[in-house]
Amino acid sequence: MSSQSDVRFTDFKSDKQPTWCPGCGDFGTMNGMMKALANTGNDPDNTFLVAGIGCSGKIGTYMHAYALHGVHGRALPVATGVKMARPDIEVMAAGGDGDGYSIGAGHFVHAVRRNVDMTYVVMDNRIYGLTKGQASPTSRADFETSTTPEGPQQPPVNPLALAMASGATFIAQSFASDALRHAEIIEEAIEHDGFGFVNVFSPCVTFNDVDTYDYFRDTLVDLKEDGHDRHDYEAAKNVILDAEKEYQGVLYQNENSVPYHEQHGVTENMAEIPDGAPENAMDLVREFY
Amino acid sequence: MTEDLNWAIGGEAGDGIDSTGKIFAQALSRAGRHVFTSKDFASRIRGGYTAYKIRTSTERVQSVVDRLDILVALTQRTIDENLDELHEGSAVIYDGERSWDAEIPDEITAVDVPLKSLAEEAGGAIMLNVVALGAACEITGFDVEYLDESLEKRFGGKGSKIVENNREAARKGRDYVREHYDLELGYELETTDNDYVLLNGDEAIGMGALAAGCRFYAGYPITPATNVMEYLTGRIEEYGGHVVQAEDELSAINMALGAARAGARSMTATSGPGIDLMAETFGLVATSETPLVIVDVMRSGPSTGMPTKQEQGDLNMTLYGGHGEIPRFVVAPTTIDECFWKTVEAFNYAEKYQTPVYLVADLALAVTEQTFSPETFDMDAVEVDRGKLVDDEGAAEWLDDKGRFRAHAATDDGVSPRAIPGTVDGAHMSTGLEHDELGRRTEDTDVRVEQVDKRNRKVETARTVEDWDYREFGNPDADSVVISWGSNEGALVEALESLEDDGIDVRLLSVPYLFPRPDLTEAVEAADDVIVVECNATGQFADVIEHDTLTRVDRINKYTGVRFKADELAAEIAASLTEEVPAQ
Repeated sequence: MSSQSDVRFTDFKSDKQPTWCPGCGDFGTMNGMMKALANTGNDPDNTFLVAGIGCSGKIGTYMHAYALHGVHGRALPVATGVKMARPDIEVMAAGGDGDGYSIGAGHFVHAVRRNVDMTYVVMDNRIYGLTKGQASPTSRADFETSTTPEGPQQPPVNPLALAMASGATFIAQSFASDALRHAEIIEEAIEHDGFGFVNVFSPCVTFNDVDTYDYFRDTLVDLKEDGHDRHDYEAAKNVILDAEKEYQGVLYQNENSVPYHEQHGVTENMAEIPDGAPENAMDLVREFY
Repeated sequence: MTEDLNWAIGGEAGDGIDSTGKIFAQALSRAGRHVFTSKDFASRIRGGYTAYKIRTSTERVQSVVDRLDILVALTQRTIDENLDELHEGSAVIYDGERSWDAEIPDEITAVDVPLKSLAEEAGGAIMLNVVALGAACEITGFDVEYLDESLEKRFGGKGSKIVENNREAARKGRDYVREHYDLELGYELETTDNDYVLLNGDEAIGMGALAAGCRFYAGYPITPATNVMEYLTGRIEEYGGHVVQAEDELSAINMALGAARAGARSMTATSGPGIDLMAETFGLVATSETPLVIVDVMRSGPSTGMPTKQEQGDLNMTLYGGHGEIPRFVVAPTTIDECFWKTVEAFNYAEKYQTPVYLVADLALAVTEQTFSPETFDMDAVEVDRGKLVDDEGAAEWLDDKGRFRAHAATDDGVSPRAIPGTVDGAHMSTGLEHDELGRRTEDTDVRVEQVDKRNRKVETARTVEDWDYREFGNPDADSVVISWGSNEGALVEALESLEDDGIDVRLLSVPYLFPRPDLTEAVEAADDVIVVECNATGQFADVIEHDTLTRVDRINKYTGVRFKADELAAEIAASLTEEVPAQ
């Protein structure tokens, strides 16, 4: 599809200049998303992007598509509603680690369970950037911030394990700076039949001096080169629960994923309705005899 | 007052009280009688007491009254709970063979029927309630054959044998009373050839949504709104729609918002506690200019309050709830049939004005079943107005000089063109941040003012374009005016009839539009006495009326958790009108 398509990834770019800090990981994250959308044959008029709140949430303004920048933590429910009403539309949700794993953690679990055919990109910088540097749910236990001078002293959320425990059918991780691999992984998430979840290491250059570009470059293990079998649940479990290493790639994919719309027979374009009551509507009344 | 019969069955939760009552109500309806039902969920005494009450007449009935003629009591508590409503002509049907000794006052006719034994003879003790129905039929001169159709409706899914057994059980109850009692209570339930349907307010809202083209519903179960969701489930799919049970109300409203932005007519329904959670997203719905219908079926608050009890306490929440200033519509049906029509209207307001619409009902409407002629719900009269929804060509007319779609264009009437996904060149951003006409964040002072004014202008446009009428009853020239909102209308209409019999003329204004709302200044100024009737403690609507009309009003408030009854209202209104005016 991508080779025939005349949509270029820049078509997904709005003319609004990002106000992210120079060097922010979100630039790379967004570029990969735009490339992946174009490569999978989508165009802005058939794409819906739901953005969370936070630095990452600004992505809705910088990309060009049908988009909603909503309430903090609620991007996934909005995206779920869009996709159920319009199975014909490509739906992508994007937000940060605070949006997805803190205020929106409840929705994350249930969105994963529902397995709606959409892509969820979390720009994980392990810090609250927009509010100028407080601990996030993925911050390290000893990561000192203005609100946690001794560090949170709690283990960080493992979003991949949270997804797996919730019955995820596609669990991936990428690095904003590894442009080719990042775009490739997002593309796979888009093409997955179900909920394609990608946790993206998207470094904050202003408030996080620990989880830096250099840190990820030095430590990241690419599962593509590692002979990892993404369809092997046990193997996936091992890498997901491995606290010693940071991984890039598709950690798990369920080959037998049945997306929500197939499971529940939700296939219609719900925007199309008649000018009045449905033809057989008096039958609804007669039911009450 | 209307020539009526008041019947009830009561017992413990789990005794099948609801379904038994519904079977009798349906049978009465099929026999061409009007029916108005009510439910007692919980008790003034502690415990699991529950009762299903039916008021029936050949004329329209639209209120409960303080009188019970026939009571099927499965427990002593049922008798105790209803003692003050029983009278000399009442009969209590009970099972003397069961473990409790019924204490029934002497002046009330006790009809001892071995319900359980007879049910066992018919095929199973579980049918004892149906034996009682048969007994009630005999006492009220109502042909037991009318039960057959509703028994088929209730038990048809369990096989013809079960249906036959139940029919037999009903006849055993009838025959037992016929053989053992020679009652002369004078009850004779006439039948007519009239054709009625029987439904409650939640069902009417659900049916209204389907008629209006609602295709997406997201909700989280909560009493007394769950029935809306249950009605839609299994039916909306016939029209290509879908119901999803969300993980909480935060999610439910956001899912509904997403579906609406994708172009579907979309709805969520909840009660007060859910409205509190949804308040978070309410402002987003308004600033992103998304058409959405949010149903609040009110129950007693605050907090968890009394979940199965009546209250009209959410008026201020729906009128003013949410931080910042949020344009909205608030529509509150006053009867069960209006639950249908106001839902249809709500969808049209939502799409015409791209604004959230609160549809505010209350528990009394939601759980009450009432008979209507099927034509009351004339589907040919349903209109669907999608407002400024644009297609590809329409979208092209709203592009700026750089080819960008102006989704929030500040038009004269405040309503912008609406492009949904798939519309060519319609792609745009929308946000809860203040934004320019392209939907992009701004803090520019001029644009801020322009967008606030534009959103508020939609309400102003609606104020002049739409009809915001009230429903009027009683004597239009009366000096005394009673104003009400929500489900009190039916009881008030009946109260007015009895007041009229006593020579007291009252004009009743029943207001279904709470924002925008009709201007009642003239009516209030012309009246000597104005009384605002509502089921809450503080008089929220009375405050609104005083604010609108700059006139002090009298108030009748009830916040016991029980709806107003017609006879009670007649007495209170009469008392209020004859009260001495205290010296200023």
